[in-house]
Amino acid sequence: MVTEKEIWRYLEEVFDPEVPVLTVVDLGVVQKVELKDDGCKIIITPTYSGCPAMKRIEDDIHEKLAEKGIEKVEVELVLSPAWTTDWISEIGKKKLKEYGIAPPEDEVDKSVLFADPTVVPCPKCDSRNTKLISQFGSTACKAHYQCNDCLEPFDYFKCLR
Amino acid sequence: MNALFEYVIRLGDDSLIIGHRLSEWCGHGPVLEEDIAMTNLSLDFIGQTASLLKYAGEVEGKGRTEDDLAYLRYDREYKNTLLVEQPNGDFGMTMMRQFLFDAYRKLLFERLVNAKDETIAAIAAKSLKETKYHFKHSSEWIIRLGDGTEESNQRVQDSLDTLWRYASELFYADAVDAELIEAGTIPSMEGLEEEWKKSVGEVLSEATLTIPTNNWKQGGGRKGMHSEHLGYILSELQYMQRAYPGLEW
Repeated sequence: MVTEKEIWRYLEEVFDPEVPVLTVVDLGVVQKVELKDDGCKIIITPTYSGCPAMKRIEDDIHEKLAEKGIEKVEVELVLSPAWTTDWISEIGKKKLKEYGIAPPEDEVDKSVLFADPTVVPCPKCDSRNTKLISQFGSTACKAHYQCNDCLEPFDYFKCLR
Repeated sequence: MNALFEYVIRLGDDSLIIGHRLSEWCGHGPVLEEDIAMTNLSLDFIGQTASLLKYAGEVEGKGRTEDDLAYLRYDREYKNTLLVEQPNGDFGMTMMRQFLFDAYRKLLFERLVNAKDETIAAIAAKSLKETKYHFKHSSEWIIRLGDGTEESNQRVQDSLDTLWRYASELFYADAVDAELIEAGTIPSMEGLEEEWKKSVGEVLSEATLTIPTNNWKQGGGRKGMHSEHLGYILSELQYMQRAYPGLEW
């Protein structure tokens, strides 16, 4: 009989298809694992409403757990409580930086127009002299920055609260 | 008529149609960053649509999915406001439409997070986080363009003059809303329009734009009476499902 702990460990082998260094556990999208008589139920929550990766994540969870011999797996998508970047694990943030994506920082108040954008250190050279290019980047969860010192353009996993 | 179904359809159709309009900018943005921004916004709206129409289908209880509702209704069955179906025009026109709409959605979701209906509250809480980014983005563009050059000011003022007549429909309320508020399903919307006018007014004033004095109001979308533009949107939006029923990929 498989334990809940083992299932969590298996889920650490399921990666986000768009940020392949992060597992679904690092990302904080797995809310709960429930053991059932002959299988389990995994409750996940989307990062953004329109995140196209959710279906793929669901399929990947099914595939991984089937591979581990768990026969009946149900994946349920819930919207509440709404996902926040605060749920990305510390390890996850480290992995993001190593991959070249700046991890989420404390955000500036979005209701202040033209406020100085959040200072995001460059993931390549650690300079804090960087600039926001666009609040909307290569995927829904990222903004686009550039480093003024090493000139590297980079993705910033933007804060969502 | 099922009031809850109708209410959720109205929310969902606003998201669907403005999301589709934004998607029309894909590959046509004035600069690459804005091309990407508008498709990002579109994706958020289509995601919100999926949650809302899925729930509408569950409320209706006739087995219709979010895809059935998005792709297989006729124009009169769509309940979005006229504002969101207006053509993109130039970038200034699109940003003005977005700004008027984002200001409304932000205030609306701030109230709906307290809805007793748990699904509506959950969708509102999720969408609100995204809407804050949207509203900041469109507000800043309105100020940049309005308080920009003579030409950008003129263009965005023309957009405001054109779109202003459609804005009041965002606050259209009828027996559907009354029934849900009475039952406590959704919170009261009293004072929402005044809050919106204040929020919009602050940005427009900073943008040195003038709110039109002509108060002619044009509505109808909430009752399924649309401008000619919706038919063209639907013919593109529904093409694949109409030509190849049940198509999946």
